[in-house]
Amino acid sequence: MKRRDFLKSASALAASTAVSAPAVFSPAKAQSRQETLLIVSESGPNNLDIHGVGTNVPGYEVSWNCYDRLISHEMKTGSNGQPYYDKNKFKPELAEDMNIGDMSVTFKLKKKATFQDGTPVTAKDVKWSLDRAVSVGGFPTFQMGAGSLTKPEQFVAVDDNTFRVDFARKDRLTVPDLAVIVPCVVNSELVKKHATEKDPWGMEFTKQNTAGSGAYKVASWVAGTEVVLERNDAWMGGPLPKTKKIIWRMVPSAGNRRALLERGDADISYDLPNKDFVELKQDGKLTIVSTPYSNGIQYIGMNVKNPPFDNIKVRQAVAYAIPYQKIMDAVLFGLAKPLFGAVPDAPTEVAWPQPHKYNTDIAKAKALMAEAGYPNGFDTTLSFDLGFAGVNEPLCVLTQESLAQIGIRTTINKVPGANWRTELNKKTLPLYTNVFSGWLDYPEYFFIWCYHGKNSIFNTMSYQSKTTDDFIDGAVNAAATGDNATYDMDVKGFVDTAYADMPRVPLYQPYVNVAMQKNVSGYAYWFHRRLDYRTLAKG
Amino acid sequence: MLTLISRRMMLVIPNLIGVVIITFLLTRALPGDPAAYFAGPAADKQAIEQIRVKLGLDKPLIVQFGRYVADLGHLNLGNSLTTGQPVLTEIKNRLPASAELTLFGLILSMSIAVPLGILAAVKQGSWIDHTCRVVATAGVSLPVFFTGLLLVYVFYFLLGWSPAPLGRLDVFFSPPPQITGFYLVDSLLNRDLSTFRAALSQLLLPGLTLCIFSLAPITRMTRASMLAVLASDFVRTASASGLDSRTVILTYAFRNAMLPVVTTLGMVFSFLLGANVLVEKVFAWPGIGSYAVEALIASDFAPVQGFVLAMAILYVLLNLIIDVLYGIIDPRVRLET
Amino acid sequence: MTDISLSPHGAAAAKAQSNSIFRHARYVVAENPVTGAAFGLFILIALCALIGPYVVPYDPLASDTSATLASPSFKHWFGTDQLGRDIFSRVIVATRLDFTIAISSVMLVFAMGGFAGIAAGFFGGWTDRIVGRISDTIMAFPLFVLAMGIVAALGNTVTNIVLATAIVNFPLYVRVARAEANVRRDAGFVQAARLSGNGDFRILLMHILPNIMPIMMVQISLTMGYAILNAAGLSFIGLGVRPPTPEWGIMVAEGAGNIISGEWWIALFPGAALMIAVFCFNLLGDGLRDLVDPQRRT
Repeated sequence: MKRRDFLKSASALAASTAVSAPAVFSPAKAQSRQETLLIVSESGPNNLDIHGVGTNVPGYEVSWNCYDRLISHEMKTGSNGQPYYDKNKFKPELAEDMNIGDMSVTFKLKKKATFQDGTPVTAKDVKWSLDRAVSVGGFPTFQMGAGSLTKPEQFVAVDDNTFRVDFARKDRLTVPDLAVIVPCVVNSELVKKHATEKDPWGMEFTKQNTAGSGAYKVASWVAGTEVVLERNDAWMGGPLPKTKKIIWRMVPSAGNRRALLERGDADISYDLPNKDFVELKQDGKLTIVSTPYSNGIQYIGMNVKNPPFDNIKVRQAVAYAIPYQKIMDAVLFGLAKPLFGAVPDAPTEVAWPQPHKYNTDIAKAKALMAEAGYPNGFDTTLSFDLGFAGVNEPLCVLTQESLAQIGIRTTINKVPGANWRTELNKKTLPLYTNVFSGWLDYPEYFFIWCYHGKNSIFNTMSYQSKTTDDFIDGAVNAAATGDNATYDMDVKGFVDTAYADMPRVPLYQPYVNVAMQKNVSGYAYWFHRRLDYRTLAKG
Repeated sequence: MLTLISRRMMLVIPNLIGVVIITFLLTRALPGDPAAYFAGPAADKQAIEQIRVKLGLDKPLIVQFGRYVADLGHLNLGNSLTTGQPVLTEIKNRLPASAELTLFGLILSMSIAVPLGILAAVKQGSWIDHTCRVVATAGVSLPVFFTGLLLVYVFYFLLGWSPAPLGRLDVFFSPPPQITGFYLVDSLLNRDLSTFRAALSQLLLPGLTLCIFSLAPITRMTRASMLAVLASDFVRTASASGLDSRTVILTYAFRNAMLPVVTTLGMVFSFLLGANVLVEKVFAWPGIGSYAVEALIASDFAPVQGFVLAMAILYVLLNLIIDVLYGIIDPRVRLET
Repeated sequence: MTDISLSPHGAAAAKAQSNSIFRHARYVVAENPVTGAAFGLFILIALCALIGPYVVPYDPLASDTSATLASPSFKHWFGTDQLGRDIFSRVIVATRLDFTIAISSVMLVFAMGGFAGIAAGFFGGWTDRIVGRISDTIMAFPLFVLAMGIVAALGNTVTNIVLATAIVNFPLYVRVARAEANVRRDAGFVQAARLSGNGDFRILLMHILPNIMPIMMVQISLTMGYAILNAAGLSFIGLGVRPPTPEWGIMVAEGAGNIISGEWWIALFPGAALMIAVFCFNLLGDGLRDLVDPQRRT
């Protein structure tokens, strides 16, 4: 405690002397500082267009703020008392009206909406943009497909202001999928001018330039260093944002990001180690908002196709050997929602993620190992993504230590971030930890990707179970037809099966942590977990 | 002189070819699959294969190499996957940042190390000599990233004397119009003193980090070369003829001793540009070193190749310039070649 | 001191000389207390590497989540890290690995660069040209990035870190060895050996090598420090050894993020150990240089 007091007095002293150091506080600059938000994060976008090839996650944030969609979500109050998007309630963004029919949905566009270059937004632009999303391949096309939006023929420009989406089949994810980042509306005339034969969708142009109708536009972008965004004063998608200018700087060192926040130089940062968030929270100088990932978990996966993890007893033994609480305390500093140790007679809920009933119980794990025919254990490797080493490495070290107690001797394998996806997709890693989260917050959505026998790339365990498949398919159909009773039964069914078979052991629901100065308000949690600049305000 | 330069250039070409080949092979051996990276997290095998064909990565290595060399001929270094920009523009934009930092660190280091070296040589064997040695060696014994972090902690976080470690300029400054690419020089040319001060204050900590790291080689060099000169006949003659020791050391010995020091500066410079890699990472410096590290970790071929090539050319040019300069300064060298 | 550094020389070349060298060494140490201190440190480090793992108070790998991030105390002299592991034990145990990395990388580069350099200097001609080309090409690389590239490409194991460090130092060894061999190529003792019917290879090994050994020892001592720094740098960017193996560089890199939040001990103690080791190797190299090169000590 004394050290902290010392730090405080030292930084207070520093604050009083620091005024002269930057020497920037001319009145005009102070004014611009008031209307400017400085965001610091570890990495920045590699492409300003979410339809681009290999656009990274920071790029999504640019797209979200610079482009509009037909519809967006209403806000509600989340479990932590903070604004949280309401997955069931939609609000118009570019559309002023949405009319859901039996096999189609029709939108009326806002007549006054214009792109940032002044041209009006028409149904033709919307069609071109959605055609683009389902045609370019890669992630955007995949995400559209998740809502059964796969063919350009599904998108119809009825007239200049009316746009219709025809359903390929009944799917309750179709409309929510129109509110994610991907189906953004692009200024088609502007982009077509820059399209070439090799690049019919003008992706080279939108990579470097924003061409939307959104609340912000990118004023300058130095890759890997800085993005500067300016407000679009003619935005029609919602109330005019309070912040005129966003400066988003990339600061690779987490320690420096923390220092910048603590010294009051940066306004917001959201990728700090958990420990920093906990300490900043205790310090009370900053506002810290923690929200659990929607539909996301960190888990330990096992390859069920090959021995020894093809043995259900071994998998259960692992589930009993993981030092859950130690991980919660020493790795996450309590900033996560535990997914273990539910009381034995707790009923399964119609929800995902939900805790399983395993707890750390080495004796039980040892017994299971003996039953499985591995009384002396075995050797294997435990892999993790080096890109998230801050959590993964201590997590794996603790797990390694604990598994050693039941005879599973592991070598820790650090996989560089660039290689992680490739390694995972080979589906040969015997034992690994990873995070999966889906934008669309529905249990069956998670299970289709991660547990279904059609073996999508996210079923990294190669898990195959007829029972699970039936439950998942049943739930999908029940959701489409609105058969709630069957839906509830099927969801409970696949959760129970997954927890009995344990191909992957959920550890916890990670938190999205955001630290901001006290004078910053308007942070809201979104399914994509990135910042929405439109509601942020300072002072 | 021209023949000397052209002869040197001829000698250098095989080295550059070697660098190109080794870099190419090394980057291809990196783990990670650019096609999978490009295809995004949700891509299936087919999508990855499509991207692979698009990037030309399905071709045999030798074909890829041919294409790479052909592109090099057109000064096309390819595109970075992680930042999405052409490598050549990125290097052009980032090189001045690294060069400014390195030069600043080097000058800082020279201004401390040379006097230290002279002092150590003059007071050879005394406690001053030992102290100089210990101080300089201590500097080179710390990992640069550690020194950097420590300086940030003390001077920014604890004392608040230094501005936030956020790259070349405080966020609320705009960079001076580009003339040389060195913010210090450009802001002075524009008579923009406040920008100059801001740029200087950002430079100080990373510059100091590099300076601490390079003290030892320069001190050592200066000391050794001073010792050699002090023992030489002409210095003995000078002191024997009654000149006071100050004149002898500063006028006669120092000048001659500086010659070998200057020549090795080229080496130290390129060595520092390498050490920069870590310093840039700590100080969020938008230089080419941090660019290369990020690229290497992400198995992003093009920037790594571009970076290594740029550094190799720089190194070669630097040495050439020094050789030529040396020839001009010291006529004996010219005769020998 | 002579026993360690100069025994190849003494054994192979001039036994009679060893006495005088011993005296010279004593003179140098007496003259130069810093070298003496460095030598003492060296012994200490070697001792830690040898017996460290058997005497540390805690298992360096054992976590203890009830005592995480504890500041230095009587129980944990250097405090504990995020997982409650005892930093003192980890620092001591890491000595062996870091020492091994340093020693094996210099041995390797000595075997490669030293011999290539001697051959280049002794034979001249094509051998010289080829060796020169190779080392020039390596020199043209930004060295740390080359090391990074090698480790990233081949995988981050101790062996590859050693290999990368060795390759990066190759040109240095070639340069020194070549220069020394070149000078001695036509020396009297070489001619004498040749006249008495020794082959080139034998002369190289039995006569030239022992003679340039002292100067190479200086190089070895200096590059040992560099090897440790190199490994630390690689750890900092995530290319170090596998967790949970204790290694100084990785411990500093891991603790670096905690400096701002006040847990200075996590990075400081391994950092200090690292610095002391590198410092000691460097000073020792300097001292050896003085020992080897009596002209500088007039």
